[in-house]
Amino acid sequence: MTDSNGARPDPDALLRRVQAEEARERHTKLKIFFGFAPGVGKTYAMLESAQRLHAQGVDVVVGVIETHGRKETEAQLERLPLLPRKVVEYRGTQLEEFDLAQALARKPAVLLLDELAHTNAPGMQHPKRYQDVQELLEAGIEVHTTLNVQHVESLNDVVAQITQVRVRETVPDAILDRADEIELVDLPPDELLQRLREGKVYLREQAARAVDHFFQRGNLLALRELALRRTADRVDAEMQAYRLEHDIHGTWAAGERILVCVSPSPASARLARAARRMAAGLRAQWTAAYVEPIALAPLSEADRTRLDAHLQLVESLGGEVVRLTGDSISTALLAYARDKNVTRILVGKPTHPRLRDRLRGSLLDELVRGSGDIDVHVISGDEGKGPASAQPVKPREAFELRKLAWTTLLVAAATTAAFLVRGALALPDVVMLYLLVIMIVAVRFGRRPSLVAAALSVAGYDFFFVPPYYTFAISDARHMLTFAMMFGVGFVISSLTARIRQQEQNALDREARTASLYSFSRDLAAAPDEASAAKVVVEHAAKVFRSGAAVVLTAAQGSATQTASIGDVPADLAQDGVVRWVLEHGRPAGLGTDTLPGAPVLCVPLRSRAEVLGVLALTPADQRTLHQDEHEFLQAFSRQGSLAIERARFAEDAKAAALRARTEEMRSSLLSAVSHDLRTPLAAITGAATTLRDADGVALEQRSDLLQTICEEAERLERLLENLLDMTRVESGGLSVKRDWVPVEELIGSALTRLEGKLGSRVVETDLPTDLPLIGVDPVLFEQVFVNLFENAAKYTPEQTPIEVRARTSNAELVIEIADRGPGITPGDEERVFDKFYRGTHVGIGGVGLGLPICRGIVEAHGGSIRAENRREGGALFRISLPLASEAPTISRVLDSAASSGARS
Amino acid sequence: MTGSEPLVLVVEDEPQMRRFLRACLHSQGYRLVEAGTGAEAMLLATSHNPELVLLDLGLPDEDGVALTRRLREWSRVPIIVISARGREEDKVSALDAGADDYLTKPFGTSELMALMRVALRRAPTGEGIPPTLSFGTLRIDFSRREVTRNGQTVHLTPIEYKLLSLLAQNAGKVLTHRQILKDVWGPAQTNQAHYVRVHMAELRKKIEADPARPRLLITEPGVGYRLRDQPEG
Repeated sequence: MTDSNGARPDPDALLRRVQAEEARERHTKLKIFFGFAPGVGKTYAMLESAQRLHAQGVDVVVGVIETHGRKETEAQLERLPLLPRKVVEYRGTQLEEFDLAQALARKPAVLLLDELAHTNAPGMQHPKRYQDVQELLEAGIEVHTTLNVQHVESLNDVVAQITQVRVRETVPDAILDRADEIELVDLPPDELLQRLREGKVYLREQAARAVDHFFQRGNLLALRELALRRTADRVDAEMQAYRLEHDIHGTWAAGERILVCVSPSPASARLARAARRMAAGLRAQWTAAYVEPIALAPLSEADRTRLDAHLQLVESLGGEVVRLTGDSISTALLAYARDKNVTRILVGKPTHPRLRDRLRGSLLDELVRGSGDIDVHVISGDEGKGPASAQPVKPREAFELRKLAWTTLLVAAATTAAFLVRGALALPDVVMLYLLVIMIVAVRFGRRPSLVAAALSVAGYDFFFVPPYYTFAISDARHMLTFAMMFGVGFVISSLTARIRQQEQNALDREARTASLYSFSRDLAAAPDEASAAKVVVEHAAKVFRSGAAVVLTAAQGSATQTASIGDVPADLAQDGVVRWVLEHGRPAGLGTDTLPGAPVLCVPLRSRAEVLGVLALTPADQRTLHQDEHEFLQAFSRQGSLAIERARFAEDAKAAALRARTEEMRSSLLSAVSHDLRTPLAAITGAATTLRDADGVALEQRSDLLQTICEEAERLERLLENLLDMTRVESGGLSVKRDWVPVEELIGSALTRLEGKLGSRVVETDLPTDLPLIGVDPVLFEQVFVNLFENAAKYTPEQTPIEVRARTSNAELVIEIADRGPGITPGDEERVFDKFYRGTHVGIGGVGLGLPICRGIVEAHGGSIRAENRREGGALFRISLPLASEAPTISRVLDSAASSGARS
Repeated sequence: MTGSEPLVLVVEDEPQMRRFLRACLHSQGYRLVEAGTGAEAMLLATSHNPELVLLDLGLPDEDGVALTRRLREWSRVPIIVISARGREEDKVSALDAGADDYLTKPFGTSELMALMRVALRRAPTGEGIPPTLSFGTLRIDFSRREVTRNGQTVHLTPIEYKLLSLLAQNAGKVLTHRQILKDVWGPAQTNQAHYVRVHMAELRKKIEADPARPRLLITEPGVGYRLRDQPEG
C-alpha cells in the first residue's frame, strides 16, 4: 500500500475479510482447548464447559473422551450422552475408534472429541482425526476438541529442538486458523510436575519412554511459552482483524508476500515450517515454489516421494504451491517473485561443497544479486541427525552389464583397428578415433558408460600406442597432457550428450502429455452427449494413468449411475462409499488421498463451478498411488472432462427447453382454439337458458327453439370434450390398445348407427367382400376412427351425396377406403388435414380440427397408416392400411369352429 | 308395474346430477330416495326396498362394481349404472357383476326413461316367456322356433337362433359378450368374443334391411349388443 491511497483499505484484504465473514456465517463452530503438555487439564476443561452447555439444554454428545481412569474427569462425564465407539480389528488387536458415520447420523448440536491430533486406525474413513472434524464441521456439527502445542505442525520442529522428542502426529495450522475459539488451558509447570509425581498424568507408552526428556522443568517452561505465544498470536490476529473491520488505521505491514523455495532435499520441510512461522508473524501470504530444471535428470523415485511430501506439507501449513520450470532455478524464482510482488524469498543454507558453486554457479549468489528490492532470507537447512532426516541413499542407476560390455567391445575394436594400421596413422589420428568412440558411447549409452569408455581409451592408447609399448609406463611426460585432454574431452562430451538426451526426454514427456490432453479434448469435442463424453473420459484416463477407469454421473434427485467404465473396475461403483463421499463433498478421495486412503479406487470429482457433475474413478494397476505431478495432471484432466460433461448437459437442457417451448406454443394454439370452441356453445346455452328463465312471455314456438338450441349446443360441447380427451390420450401415449378380432363391417355398422342423425340424407354405400378376415384392433378405438371419418364426410359434403366405403386385402394389408363426393381437399393440404387444429380453408364449418389427427393417432397406434387424397372424379378419399396378422381368423373358419363348439345346446 | 309410483334409489355423489335426476324422475312420476355414498346406498336399499337403483360408478367411498355385487347377493332389484365415456371396462364389469344396464354420461331424459322402462318391465315377471315376440317386421315364434321377416321365414342356424332369441328375450337390455357367450356357447368359451361378433354379422345379414347400418341389432362398442326395443322409434 502506498502513501497516496494509504487511507483506503487494501481491496484484497477487504475481499478476504468479506469471504471470511461469509464463511463464518456458513460454517459451524470449532472450539479447541489448547494446552502445552499432557496433564494440564484440557479434557477436564472441555467437559466442564460441556456440562454447562448441557445444563442450558444444548444437545451435547460425547464422541470420544479419554479419561485415562482419572476420577475427576470421569465425574464430569456424568449425564452427558455417549456415542458408542466403533470397534475395529487391526493386527489382531481390537481398537476402539470414533464412529464418524454414527456421529453424522446422530447430528448433535455439539460433539466432544478428545485429542485432535489422534491418528485413526487403518481402514477408517480418514487417516486423521482432524479430517473427521472437518467433515463434522461441514455437516454443521459444532466440535469441541483438545490439542497440545507440540502437535501443531508449524511448531513441530521447534518443539523437537526443545524436547529432543519428535512428535509424529501433527495437526495442520489451517485447522487452528479455522478454529473459532481457542481456549488456553494453562497450569504452572511446577504444579504439572506435582501432578505427574502423584500419577495423575497419563502418558502413552512411547511418551513414557521420553518422559525424562519431556517433563523437565526447562522443557515445560519453553513449551508453555510456545503455547502462550501461539495463543497470543491468535489474539493479536483477532485484534488486527477487528481494527481492519472497524477501519482503525495504525501501522500494519503492507501486503507482504513470502516465497519459499522447496526441493526434494530433506531440509525443505524445515524451510516450509519456517516460512509458515514468518508468514504468520507478518500476516503475509506465502507460496512454496518448486523449480523443475529443464536440464537436469528427472527425479528419482525417492526424491519424487520426498518432494510430494514437502508440497503436501506446504498445503497443510496453509501455503500455496506452484511448480515452475526454467533453465536456472534463480531466474525462474525471481521471475515468479517479480510477477507476484513477492517481498521476501526464503532459501535453505547451502550444504554442498563450495567447489560446486564455483563450477556451477551458486543459487544463493544469483538470487541475492538478482533480487533487487526483495529480501532474501537464508534458513539453516540442517535437519539434525535423526533417522528420519538421514539423507536417503540415492538409488544408483544400475550399471547395466550389457552397456558396459558394448562399451568395452567398441573401445577394443577401435584399438584393434588402429593397432592393425598403426603404420599408416599418426598419433593424433588415434586420439581422434578414441574420441569418436567415446562420443558414440555417450550418445548411445549415456554418461557413465562414456566415462568408462574414456578411461578405457586412455588405457588402450597408453598401452598400445605410446612408447614404451605394451606397458602403462610413459616415457614422455607430454603424453600425460594428451591423456588428461582425452579424458577431459570425453567427460565434456558425455555431459553434453547426457544433458541433450535429458532435455529431449523432458520435451518428449511434456509433448506426450500435451498431446494426450490435446487428443483428449479433441475427442471430447466430438462427444455429442453426456454418456459419450463419459466414455471418452474413461478411455483416455485408462490410457494415460494406466489403470481401470469409470465415470459415475449424477442424475436428477441426487441419484448417480455408472455411465462408462473400462478395465478392472467394480460394477456397482455408484453405490461405493468413496464415490458417494466424493459426490457429496466434491473433493478427491480414495487411494492415496486424505480420505479413505485404503480404498482400491481413487476418485476425483467432475465438477462445474456450481455443482458436482460426477466422479472419475481410477483403479491403478497394482494399487499404485499416483505421483504428485500425475495428480496435477489428473486435475487438469478431470477439469477438461468436467467441462465437456457440463457442456453436454447444457446442450441437453437446451434441447429440453426447445421442446418445452414447442409444447408451450402448441398449448397456446390449443388454448385459443379450444377457448373459442368452448365459448361459442356455452354462450348459446347460457343465452337460451337465461331467456327461458327470465322472460315469461316467450312464445311456445320460441321456447322449443331455445330448448333445442340448448340440447344441440350441449351435445356439441360434449363432442368437443371427447375429441380433446381422445387427442390427449393419443398424444400422451396413454392409448392402451386392447386388441380383439373384429369384423370390419361391425365397426362400420356401429359407427353408422351412432351417427344416424348426423348423416342426414347421405347414402352410405358399402362394398365389403364376404371373406374379409377379422382385424385385430381395439373395437372401441377403431369405431371412433370410422365415426370421425364419417362425421368429417358429413361435415364437408352436401346432403344427398353418397359416401362410399370399400375394403380389400392386398399384400398382407387390409385397405379400407372411405370416399365422398364433396369438394375434396384443397390441393397440397393432403397431409396438413391430419395436423392438430387445422381446419382447412372451408368457411362456416364448425369443429376444432381434431377428428382427423385422432384418427391418425389411433391407426398408427395399431401399426397402420392413414392418408388423404382427392379422387379423380371429385371428392375426398381417406385410405386406411392395416397390417394383417397371419393368424387372423376368417369368418368362415370362425363359423365352423364356433358352430361345432356351440353345438351342445 | 305396481299400482303406486315406483320407488327409485339414486346413488350419486354429485349434487348437480342429483338435482337433475330428482327433477327428471319426479316429473316422470317416480318417487326417489337419494344416497351420496355406497354405505348410505346399502342402508337405503335394505330399509326402503326400492324397485330400481340408479348407480353412479364413481362413488367417493366404494367401487360401484363392488356395490353392485353386494346388492346382487341378496336383491334382484334392477340396477342401471351410470358412468363416463371411455370407461368401457367398468361398465362391462358392472354388467357382469349383475347390473341390468348402463348409461353413459351425459345422457338425456328420454334415454334414461327408456332404460328404466325396460328394466322395470322385466323385473317383476321375469319368468314366463311370451310365446311370440315382434319387433317391427320381425316376428319370433318361440314355440315353433320360427323367425319370419315381412311374413317370410328366415332360415337361421341353431346358433343364430339362440343368439336372436337371447337378445329378443332381453329386448332393450344390453348383453355383454361374456353373457352372450356363456348363454349360447357355454361357460368354457367366455373369452372368444369374436365368435359373437362373427355370428352377429351373419345374423344381421339375414334379418337387417341394411346390415351395414343395423337398426335392430345394435352394437354397444366395447360392451356388447342390444336388441333395440322399438326399432324405428
